[in-house]
Amino acid sequence: MIEIHNIHKSFGGKKVLDGISGVFETGKINLLLGASGTGKSVLLKCIVGLIKPDLGSVTFDGTYFTNNKLDIRQEIRRKIGMLFQGSALFDSMTVEENVDFPLKMLTNMSRKERIERVNFCLKRVGLEGANRKMPSELSGGMKKRVGIARAIAPNCTYLFCDEPNSGLDPQTALKIDELIKEITEEYNITTIIVTHDMNSVIEIGDKIMFLFEGKKLWEGTKDEIMDTDIKELNDFIFANRLMRDAKRIEEEDREEEQEREAEEHARLEKNKPAG
Amino acid sequence: MLQHFGKYLLFMSSLFVRGESPRIIFNRTIDEAILIGINSIFIVAIVSTFIGAVTCVQVSYNLTSALIPRSTIGFMVREMTILELAPTITSIVLAGKVGSNIAGGLGTMQITEQVDALEVMGINSTSYLVLPKVMAAVLVFPMLVVLAMFLSIAGGYVAGTLTGEITAQEYITGIRSDFIPYNITFALIKSIVFAFLISTISSFRGYYTSGGALEVGAASTTAVTNSVIAVLIADYVCAEVLL
Repeated sequence: MIEIHNIHKSFGGKKVLDGISGVFETGKINLLLGASGTGKSVLLKCIVGLIKPDLGSVTFDGTYFTNNKLDIRQEIRRKIGMLFQGSALFDSMTVEENVDFPLKMLTNMSRKERIERVNFCLKRVGLEGANRKMPSELSGGMKKRVGIARAIAPNCTYLFCDEPNSGLDPQTALKIDELIKEITEEYNITTIIVTHDMNSVIEIGDKIMFLFEGKKLWEGTKDEIMDTDIKELNDFIFANRLMRDAKRIEEEDREEEQEREAEEHARLEKNKPAG
Repeated sequence: MLQHFGKYLLFMSSLFVRGESPRIIFNRTIDEAILIGINSIFIVAIVSTFIGAVTCVQVSYNLTSALIPRSTIGFMVREMTILELAPTITSIVLAGKVGSNIAGGLGTMQITEQVDALEVMGINSTSYLVLPKVMAAVLVFPMLVVLAMFLSIAGGYVAGTLTGEITAQEYITGIRSDFIPYNITFALIKSIVFAFLISTISSFRGYYTSGGALEVGAASTTAVTNSVIAVLIADYVCAEVLL
C-alpha cells in the first residue's frame, strides 16, 4: 500500500500539485486520471522520488520515503518497477540485456538464474524468442511489453506505469491493459497507472483518482465514476467519449473504404479479358 | 555563469556519492575506453601525421640562415610536437569527436527517460553513466597523445626527407638533441587534465539536456565549444604552473 499526504509541487512559481493526498491499495489497479497538464506524471514522479515534492510525504507499506535516509530510499526503490511513457529501454542493449539489467544490478543471482528469470518474464509478456532483438527493431506495443518485463523481473512490489497506452492502437492498448491487470493480481502488487484514457478506466481501473489543475477533484471506483456530479470530471468523460466515438467512426470509415476497394478490385479482376 | 559552475561542481560531487560497485564501474570503464580509444585512433593518426609533416615543412621554410644547422628542424618538430601539438591539438580533436559523442549519448538517454529508468531502479545514474566515461577518457587520452607524438614526429620525418628539405641523418640528429624527459611528463599531465575537462564538461552538458532532439544537438555543440575553451585555458594554466 502506498500513501501520499499533502503533496505540493511548483515549477518556477507555477503550482503543479496542490495538496494531494490519497491511498493506493495493494493488489489493485490505481489510476491517476486527468487531462494533459493536470500534474499526473509529476505526481507519479514525486511518488517514485524522481522529483522531490516541495511539501508532503510518501509512505510505502508504512515506511516513510520522501525525506528518509538514502539507504532506506534506495531499499524501497529497488522494489519499484516502472513502465515509462516511451518505454525507456536502453537502446544500446538487446531485449534480453534490458530485462536482465535490474537483475544484474540489484540481485546476487547467478548468470544462469538470471537468464531463466529473463526468459520467464519475456514469456509472461508474450515475447519469448525476442531475446536477441534490439529495441529499434520492436514495435511500440512490443517495447511496452519489454518495459513491463524489465519492471517485473526483480519481483517488484510496486508497479508504476506512465501512460502505458500512449501511441498504441486500441487493440494493442487493450492487451497492454490486460497484461498489467493480470500481473497486478498474479503478484499481488500495488500498481499505479497514469492515464487519460477512459477505456483503461472501464477495462482495468479498480480505484480512480481524478486530477484537475493540480488538485484531486474526485476519488472512487469505476462503477461510481459515471454517477458523479463533478462538472470537470463529467466534461472529461464527455470529451473522452466524443474522441472515442470519433475514432470509432474513423475506423469504421476506413474499414468501409477498404471493403469498397477490395470489391472494386475483385470486379476489375472478374471483368479482365481472358488471356 | 557562476550558477553553471556551481551546478557543474555539484554534478562532479554526485559522481562519487553512493557509487556503484567497483566491479561494475571497472567493466564499464573498460567498455568506454575501448569505445573512446579504438574509435579515435584513425582521426588522431591522420591529424598528428599531417601536423608533423606541415610543421617540418614550415620550420624548414623559415630557417633561411646558413648558420643554423638543418638538424634544428628535427629538434623543433620534436619540441613543438611534445610540448604543444600532440597534447593540445589531439585534445581539441577529441573534444569534437568524443565530447559530442558523450553529450549526444547522455542527452538522448535523458530525453528518452533512460536516465530516469536507472534512478527508479535505485542506481546512481551519474556514477553508473558518467564516472566510467571520465575514467576511460583519463586512461585513454594519454595513450592517444603518445601515439600522436610518435606519428607527428614520423610525419615530419617523411615530409622532410621526401621533399629533400632535410636528410634522414640530420632529422634523427635533431630529434635526439637536447632531449628533456620532463617534457613528456608535462605533455602527459596536460593530456590527463584535458581528458578530465572534456569528459566532465561534455557529460555535464549532456546529462542536463531537456526537451527533444533539437536540444540534444544544441547540447552537443555547447559541449564541444565549452570543452575547447576549457582546454585552451587549461593549456595556458599548465604552461604557467608546470614549466
